[in-house]
Amino acid sequence: MQKVTGIVTGVNGNLITAEFDGSVKKNEVCYVLVGEERLKGEVIRITNGVASMQVYEMTNGVKVGDRVELSGELLSVELGPGLLSQVYDGLQNPLPELAEQCGFFLKRGVYLDPIPDKSWEFTPVAQVGDAVQAGDTLGTVPEGLFTHQIMVPFDFKDEGWTVKSIQPKGTYHVRSTIAVVENRLGETRELSMVFSWPIKEMVHCYEERLRPDETMVTQIRCIDTFLPVVKGGTFCVPGPFGAGKTVLQHMEAKNAAVDVVVVAACGERAGEVVEVLKEFPELIDPRTGRSLMERTIIICNTSSMPVAAREASVYTAVTIAEYYRQMGLDVLLLADSTSRWAQAMREMSGRLEEIPGEEAFPAYLESVIASFYERAGKVRLKDGRTASITIGGTVSPAGGNFDEPVTQATLKVVGAFHGLSRERSDARKYPSIHPIDSWSKYEGIVDMAKVEQARSILRRSIEVSQMMMVVGEEGTSAEDYILYQKGELLDAVYLQQNSFDPIDAACSPERQRCVFAVIYDVLMQRYNLTDKREIRAFFNQLRQEFLDWHNTEFETEAFVAQQKKLTDFYLSKAV
Amino acid sequence: MKKVYTKIESIVGNVLTVRAEGVRNGDLALVGDSYANVIKLDHDKVSLQVFSGTQGVSTTDPVRFLGRPMMVSFSDHLLGRIFDGAGVPRDNGPALTENMIPIGGPSVNPARRIVPKNMIRTGIPMIDLFNTLVESQKLPIFSVSGEPYNQLLARIAMQAEVDVIVLGGMGLKYDDYLFFRDTLERGGAMGRTVMFVHTASDPIVECTLVPDMALAVAEQFALEGKKVLVLLTDMTNYADAQKEMAITMEQVPSNRGYPGDLYSCLASRYEKAVDFEGAGSITILGVTTMPGDDVTHPVPDNTGYITEGQYYLKNGRIEPFGSLSRLKQNVNGKTRDDHRALMDCMIRLYSSYKESQEKRSMGFMMSEWDDKLLKYGELFESKLMDLSVNIPLEQALDLGWKILADCFEPNETGLKTSLLQAHWPKRDALQ
Repeated sequence: MQKVTGIVTGVNGNLITAEFDGSVKKNEVCYVLVGEERLKGEVIRITNGVASMQVYEMTNGVKVGDRVELSGELLSVELGPGLLSQVYDGLQNPLPELAEQCGFFLKRGVYLDPIPDKSWEFTPVAQVGDAVQAGDTLGTVPEGLFTHQIMVPFDFKDEGWTVKSIQPKGTYHVRSTIAVVENRLGETRELSMVFSWPIKEMVHCYEERLRPDETMVTQIRCIDTFLPVVKGGTFCVPGPFGAGKTVLQHMEAKNAAVDVVVVAACGERAGEVVEVLKEFPELIDPRTGRSLMERTIIICNTSSMPVAAREASVYTAVTIAEYYRQMGLDVLLLADSTSRWAQAMREMSGRLEEIPGEEAFPAYLESVIASFYERAGKVRLKDGRTASITIGGTVSPAGGNFDEPVTQATLKVVGAFHGLSRERSDARKYPSIHPIDSWSKYEGIVDMAKVEQARSILRRSIEVSQMMMVVGEEGTSAEDYILYQKGELLDAVYLQQNSFDPIDAACSPERQRCVFAVIYDVLMQRYNLTDKREIRAFFNQLRQEFLDWHNTEFETEAFVAQQKKLTDFYLSKAV
Repeated sequence: MKKVYTKIESIVGNVLTVRAEGVRNGDLALVGDSYANVIKLDHDKVSLQVFSGTQGVSTTDPVRFLGRPMMVSFSDHLLGRIFDGAGVPRDNGPALTENMIPIGGPSVNPARRIVPKNMIRTGIPMIDLFNTLVESQKLPIFSVSGEPYNQLLARIAMQAEVDVIVLGGMGLKYDDYLFFRDTLERGGAMGRTVMFVHTASDPIVECTLVPDMALAVAEQFALEGKKVLVLLTDMTNYADAQKEMAITMEQVPSNRGYPGDLYSCLASRYEKAVDFEGAGSITILGVTTMPGDDVTHPVPDNTGYITEGQYYLKNGRIEPFGSLSRLKQNVNGKTRDDHRALMDCMIRLYSSYKESQEKRSMGFMMSEWDDKLLKYGELFESKLMDLSVNIPLEQALDLGWKILADCFEPNETGLKTSLLQAHWPKRDALQ
């Protein structure tokens, strides 16, 4: 095929305009040739026969008259075995390999093969003569924890494809042909273990979408009990800087009860990615006994990397998540932060001189955010298995003000809202999720009616504390004061959790049910206490007992003993 | 021989356009005898940003393209020298032209970064104990104009154990520039310092070049194995210069007039902080003044999302609320077993003290608990928060326990029983 080429006519930041001959597709990938370097870009607008391209690299040194090559393909990712435990940039460039080639610094114009160059033990599943369609399994290879399915590429239309030949069991290179398929018209296609898929298109190879209903355990008490998330659901974590968004996401990435975690570090600090990179390989996933890194994929386009690739990175992440979902797995996608992604759209929109919306964000912001979160969901695959993608995005609202456009657009489409509060983080109350302002539409792991009662005590406790700010402690009745202390206790020993303590950092659902039953009983009891000093001393002591209890290993002797000590203590004052 | 163009078509703000061919984006040019760089190309129309401003530039002035991007000279001769935003000496020394390196180079591959692990001791308890500074951290000091932030910056520079100090001054008052120069000279640190100083009266474009120059030089020192501390003051002036330039170029402003790429601009500078495996490191301490003490102002707000915490300077003290060192967890577990717990506990109690203080100011009766908190808060402020306190970390920890024991019963602190047994100064108070 004759390659279409063009000539650069203008440069403005990372927006390059070019004249071209031949046909140009919107959103197709192009390369600007600068000396020896080929800078990747995407055609985002065509006006009066001139293509505007956003370039994913720095555009220093580009001059009018430089050549542009158009590839004819949409921006895609490569899907195949070996994606797990990889670290990619927003365009699926493997960063460790890049470091080996280029040293400390990122070099522009270097694009490496994202799929590791290795051979796999292939076991065929399909047989010659089988009718197949997009997403059907041809065979399997073992990839770490999972049986990785080699599937018919997702772009195969329903044209009556049948398997013409398939390789027998054996070891094959990832790029070698493992099957040949033929359609009704007699066209044949050779298939390897790898195929590509355009990142901005949703993968539809499933039977139907289901209502998400199974809780996704995160081992964070405040979330699982009070603000649950479900497999296939969506949630967002807005919060001002320094409120602990990233620490919270890392805890979720570590402890979430899912098969695969895709972390999209989008426009945030590189240091945070490094923490994951260095920490996860060392951590053992108690559910599988293997390193956490084996179930993790990192897509990282940090704040100092080119802005345009930042926009692509969340789509790269979600497409990889969809690929693993097609294998019947539960996938969690954590995007940090969606605000940076929205800002990348804003920068581009400004260069294109589009009419700005609120705070100069483009008018299509809401629909783009909505269609991103809609790629989450629980589905029934064609072979009857269920699988899911859960999407959790952090939002970094300007000034910590949740009224800004990105937060509002996100809140419209998510099923749970974990709003972080500056007051709580200043007082070192972590996780700093605001227990009253936040909400969740999903079902949690303990009886929702009891949780509601506990929440109402918390709410009333806050009311009492506000009242106390006006009338003072002396103007508050003992009954109200006990209520206030109950709320404070619930906050201190249940909602707060020490993510740096080896035991308290992860609280299993069984343990949560056990601890919640005790604290629920504490909240429901009436106490024979009237003096405020006595009340405060009682609750201080009780808090101490709870904290010591949190530091014992679940279901050990020490755990049972401390539970008894604690129970005896509060029952001694109960009436 | 480079071609000379003498037909300037437009001059708007600091930007002029000229028709020329074969010009590359980002290249340097000479307009008359002042430098300019190429910021936009449209067919043969080239937009140039003139560093020293366009005042007095005539449409027939000669424009020469140098065929290379903006560069700065790098060698050990830089130490002890002072330059302006365009790299021209300010100190009557000779201009340096050898070993030119480009500024604003590419970012470090995240896969080659390492987890920061070395504490930088400053002798200031509010930093060492509560928000430990870590090598390769990027940290701004948030402050209102008029606070002694430059003094604090200079003190940290003098006390921190680093090999090279690079100072980038943006929109500095001339007095402040002299203050830095004199303090570093008096402390004997000038020999390991490079200064790039843009003062308030210098052309605005030069202001935006200062961080890039300072960081390009710092990066080279770090690659040679040096521990480098970069001081940037004041980044709000840098952001304001970006704003001024964006507006004159008719970009759509996003928030209070600042350009939409403010976050990316700041991030690509701050992200230069790094610890090179097998070589040196760059630690960045910046100053961000907050107009009207408003932390939600776009500059401090964007900065806060980029940097690894911030020191919040208010009323001459580093406030415990609002101040945060995100990397402290990497190092404060290795200092002493009680460091983390004591730090959290003392802040929690200080926050309760603030509530009691508020209650008192509203005229409520003080309970016994309030009295304890008030006593605690006053001790905390005078013995630990005061900026003049200069003690090593271990002493600060012991002092912390003493203050707690002077004010509270052990179970009122919410600390683990095992820790209390190990460190509580008054043993007989424990059951």
